[in-house]
Amino acid sequence: MTAKLSGKDLCLLRGDRCLFQNLNFALNRGELLLVEGQNGCGKTSLLRAIAGLLDFETGQVDWNGQSIMANHQSFRSDLVWLSHRVGFKGDLTLVENLSFEGGLRATASELLQSSLDRLGLARLTELPFRALSAGQQRRVALARMLMAKAPLWIMDEPFTNLDSSGQALVRELIAEHIGRDGLCVVASHQSIELDAPVRRVPL
Amino acid sequence: MTNGENATPGLWQGFVAVIRRDLLLAWKRPGDILNPLFFFAMVCTLFPLAVGPSSEQLSLSGPGIVWVAALLATLLSLNSLFLSDFEDGSLDQLILSPQPLPLLALGKTVAHWLSAGLPLVLVSPLVAVTFHMPGRTVGVMMLTLTFGTMSLSLLGAIGAALTVGLHRGTALLSLLILPLAMPVLIFGARTVALAAADDAVSAGIYFLCAYCILALSLAPFATAAALKISNE
Repeated sequence: MTAKLSGKDLCLLRGDRCLFQNLNFALNRGELLLVEGQNGCGKTSLLRAIAGLLDFETGQVDWNGQSIMANHQSFRSDLVWLSHRVGFKGDLTLVENLSFEGGLRATASELLQSSLDRLGLARLTELPFRALSAGQQRRVALARMLMAKAPLWIMDEPFTNLDSSGQALVRELIAEHIGRDGLCVVASHQSIELDAPVRRVPL
Repeated sequence: MTNGENATPGLWQGFVAVIRRDLLLAWKRPGDILNPLFFFAMVCTLFPLAVGPSSEQLSLSGPGIVWVAALLATLLSLNSLFLSDFEDGSLDQLILSPQPLPLLALGKTVAHWLSAGLPLVLVSPLVAVTFHMPGRTVGVMMLTLTFGTMSLSLLGAIGAALTVGLHRGTALLSLLILPLAMPVLIFGARTVALAAADDAVSAGIYFLCAYCILALSLAPFATAAALKISNE
């Protein structure tokens, strides 16, 4: 059986520094890929390259057995991306920021309210995004992930800035997503315990 | 579980969503719109004061001055076109969204024209008064400025996308865009001057229109490609 998401023989250069080479991974439905390593070892670059924001020097990433470069349109509709730069506008309110997603993804508008409730943001919808605390801003980014309803989550340091209940919530969301046969690629310093298989990529 | 059956909303929805978001942002930060507009109005009103009130001289140099001011004002506003998206991570989200990137780039360009180019066209009759332009010339000037600012927004988006990753890329942006903008400037200013001399203007207007359509069909793809490179 071919894996849902797989990378073969990956090599990435940044400038003239080789971050990694001969890297392989394979991920199936209901599995989590945990990218581990010290600061500056290329975790974020690996995630960006898997998402298709960066080009690998050699090798390719496959989604459903097809190269993500060849069928990038369908890959992107199956993917949501979360990183430390959350991608919201400080001048717009929370709900204005999130309803923009409705133009990009079909499920986004109908899931807006339930996602806000789930992350405890329902009372903050009319505040400008810049008035929120760093942890609340992260929660808005998590709400966007739920709205997209995509099978593949790529998360770069999902626990940053969150309080302990927020971190527990992220663990819960990941466990739920994996439980629904979703896939997760996470770069983190924190361990994630799951019943499901956790594949590790040490960098 | 979603089996990758995630439908993408229509292209039109994505296009409109980008325009609406950018216009809303412009509305909440009016300074970004007003600065280039003030620049345009100031250059156009200061020139007659410096050159002197001779109406002959002013109506001769008027079209050129208005066009140069319009070009520079547009360049001034282009720099920030993708900058905030690049800095806050929105660009990642746009690139990774299921909607095609050239479409979203076109949406951003249209929003830029609506918030930078269109106000300029609307203000131009006011500054035309200082150059003693007759009514017909003002009409031609507005028409050429409409096509001209559209072309400049579209071409400028390519340059803005290429330089977004560089800090202080303003000078480079101007260097990249100005050669492409020269035909617009030459034909635009010349057409208005011809109108002032009661000559035939349709050829110049056709050219500007054709240039605008060429930019409209090619620039979004170039912008999208440039954005991907700059965001690496």
